[in-house]
Amino acid sequence: MSNSDDDRTADESSGDGYTGDDVITHAHGAGGGQMTDLIEDMAVSRFADSEADVGLAALDDGSVQPIDDDHSVVVTTDSHVVTPLFFRGGDIGRLAISGTVNDLAMMGATDPLALTSSLIIEAGTPQSTVERVTESMRETCAEAGATVTTGDTKVMGSDEIDTLAINTTGVAVVPTGGHVPDAGLSVGDKLIVSGTIGDHGISLLSEREGFDFGGGLASDVQPVNDLVRAAMDAGEVTAMKDPTRGGLATVLNEMADKAGVGIDLDEPAIPVSGPVSSAGEVLGIEPFDVACEGVVAMGVASDDAEAVLEALRDNPKGEDAAIVGEVVEEHTGQVVLDTGFGRRYLTPPEGEQLPRIC
Amino acid sequence: MASTADDGDGELQFRDPEKAEQLTEELESLMDDIGEPVNVMHVCGSHEQAIAKFGLRSILPDDLTVRMGPGCPVCVTNMPEVDEAVALAEEGKIVATYGDMFRVPGTEKSLADAKDEGADVRVVYSASEAAEIAAEEPDREVIFFATGFETTAAPTAAVLTADPPENFSVLSAHKYVPPAMEIVAEMPDTDVDGFLAAGHAAVITGYGLFEDFVSEYDTPAVVGGFEPIDILFALARLLEFIRDDEAGLANAYQRCVTEDGNVPAKEAMWEVFDTTSGEWRGIAEIPDANLVISDDYAHYDARERFDIDVDAGASDPLTEDCICGDIMAGKADPDECELFGEECTPQDPVGACMVSSEGTCKIWLEYGGQPDL
Ligand code: SF4
Ligand code: SF4
Repeated sequence: MSNSDDDRTADESSGDGYTGDDVITHAHGAGGGQMTDLIEDMAVSRFADSEADVGLAALDDGSVQPIDDDHSVVVTTDSHVVTPLFFRGGDIGRLAISGTVNDLAMMGATDPLALTSSLIIEAGTPQSTVERVTESMRETCAEAGATVTTGDTKVMGSDEIDTLAINTTGVAVVPTGGHVPDAGLSVGDKLIVSGTIGDHGISLLSEREGFDFGGGLASDVQPVNDLVRAAMDAGEVTAMKDPTRGGLATVLNEMADKAGVGIDLDEPAIPVSGPVSSAGEVLGIEPFDVACEGVVAMGVASDDAEAVLEALRDNPKGEDAAIVGEVVEEHTGQVVLDTGFGRRYLTPPEGEQLPRIC
Repeated sequence: MASTADDGDGELQFRDPEKAEQLTEELESLMDDIGEPVNVMHVCGSHEQAIAKFGLRSILPDDLTVRMGPGCPVCVTNMPEVDEAVALAEEGKIVATYGDMFRVPGTEKSLADAKDEGADVRVVYSASEAAEIAAEEPDREVIFFATGFETTAAPTAAVLTADPPENFSVLSAHKYVPPAMEIVAEMPDTDVDGFLAAGHAAVITGYGLFEDFVSEYDTPAVVGGFEPIDILFALARLLEFIRDDEAGLANAYQRCVTEDGNVPAKEAMWEVFDTTSGEWRGIAEIPDANLVISDDYAHYDARERFDIDVDAGASDPLTEDCICGDIMAGKADPDECELFGEECTPQDPVGACMVSSEGTCKIWLEYGGQPDL
């Protein structure tokens, strides 16, 4: 089960003062503790299926269900809303396909068998907009070696939905036991990220806030199943997650927590592009706290780390890949960042990120 | 973070871990000379941010404590001031304010709550942006709920001296730092051995401003910048004063701060604002530390223009346990608060220190909560 990519403006989602137990607020969708509680209360308690290798209760990127002795089916689903629909580096269509292809890949399922696409469109939306989006979906599918095999379209009134929402589901088959969970880290593993961190989130935020930091800021949204395939061919990948909502800080904490290990990170080794780092400083937003849409964070068996790194760097999508830390016994469930000056905890961001006052 | 593009010399120079190591050694040896625990107070959210973000507390000598005082204008904004802004918004006027103020709880609600209930509250990045809204909406009253120290008071003043639209007014919650430092220096149980003064504010006021303070309270002060090296360097200068038992004043942020500061900005500020006594949330009533709009600009003063009807209900009972006051007086750290990270989070803050990105509690939570690693 994966989070939806709620990328709407701070303004729309800012009225989320938690007002009580009875209604869903934006805080429930912000990817933090309240969201987890909601999922646990509403869904896990009802649907959790013990038959699965990875079921709903694991809250991983997808589920893994054995279908016979040799094969398991991997399923994932995701809904996408984003403002603006077309942004520097991508659009909602590319985001929807990449998001689902990547969620499959994070389970170790790098060959998507079929995708579904469900479009919910606001009445009054220009046809050309929808066409541009679906064309982008087609192109992204081609890039990922995926196909949309079934879908659905709904039109809603203009006060019922904002322009366009896309739900995509992905299905793939893996050899039974061949999936990669997000809980598989063990002490000694190296942590690798496949590319620069924070590009999607910082770029979208600055675009929405109307800041022009010159060229160089663009979303990294892309399918990374080929990258993951190369990594898995090169060595033992023990755990994987893509740092979408909540960014690198959130997924690493989740991975440490689920595996019952600690993570030590070397901040100077973490790749962040110059424009993202400067824009982040101006906005007062940590690149580690915002979404990436074309990057993988993975744990790799220590002996295989160099080989995996090399395999990633051979692909243009992975040219900035780096070993950024390792899994340790200490500070279980927590991530400690060596800043190059001192050490501190790296904690998941709370709620949506707002630019600062001064 | 490894930057894949050139950061420019400035950043490299002030983010040099080797230099940091040298400075840390210098701090260690100064502390050896002093031979007893030292408490230093800084008064700026951006200092706290940098100290936490770079993990500096983990490399400081064990018996050197660096605490944040009343350094965040959002945190010290008093509940009734928020209530006034909420009341104006609820009367149907447009209230514009900085993002940081948006969620600060008033007695009963925040501006965010008011917006949820239908009020027109806008988040802006500057006073001039608020004035632009007034120009675009000539038929509505637009009130800028103005918070911040000298760094934001000066721009607010600049907008008022430039003939903004008639339908624009300012609800000032601006504060002035030096009197607050005096109050803290006078508090019997605070025991601050030296002040790390805020570089941003000093860009406007000039470091000369602190001369009287230093001699009157016999406490050294050093103006410091916000890069890790800036902070370590300023701390070393401060420890030198403490070792020599000298109430000295130094400017360790020479690339931005001069003795006189930004004179035209200061002039505009004192043309538009007068000081008055006022309550700083959680700390005390502080003489001359609130900035109110002067008589010459009374027509732009929201308090003069409107009869603000503050009808605040009961405050959240949890606020009784909030120790923001002690934190801002340098007497406690956030993790000593029972509500920290549990009942009190940035999503659902109990005290103001958890709301603003400059608030100590928010910063501690954001950067890991327990700084001792
Ligand atoms: S207003 Fe400026 S000087 Fe004051 S606390 Fe904020 S950053 Fe520091
Ligand atoms: S944690 Fe919350 S309640 Fe406690 S002092 Fe900080 S702001 Fe106040």
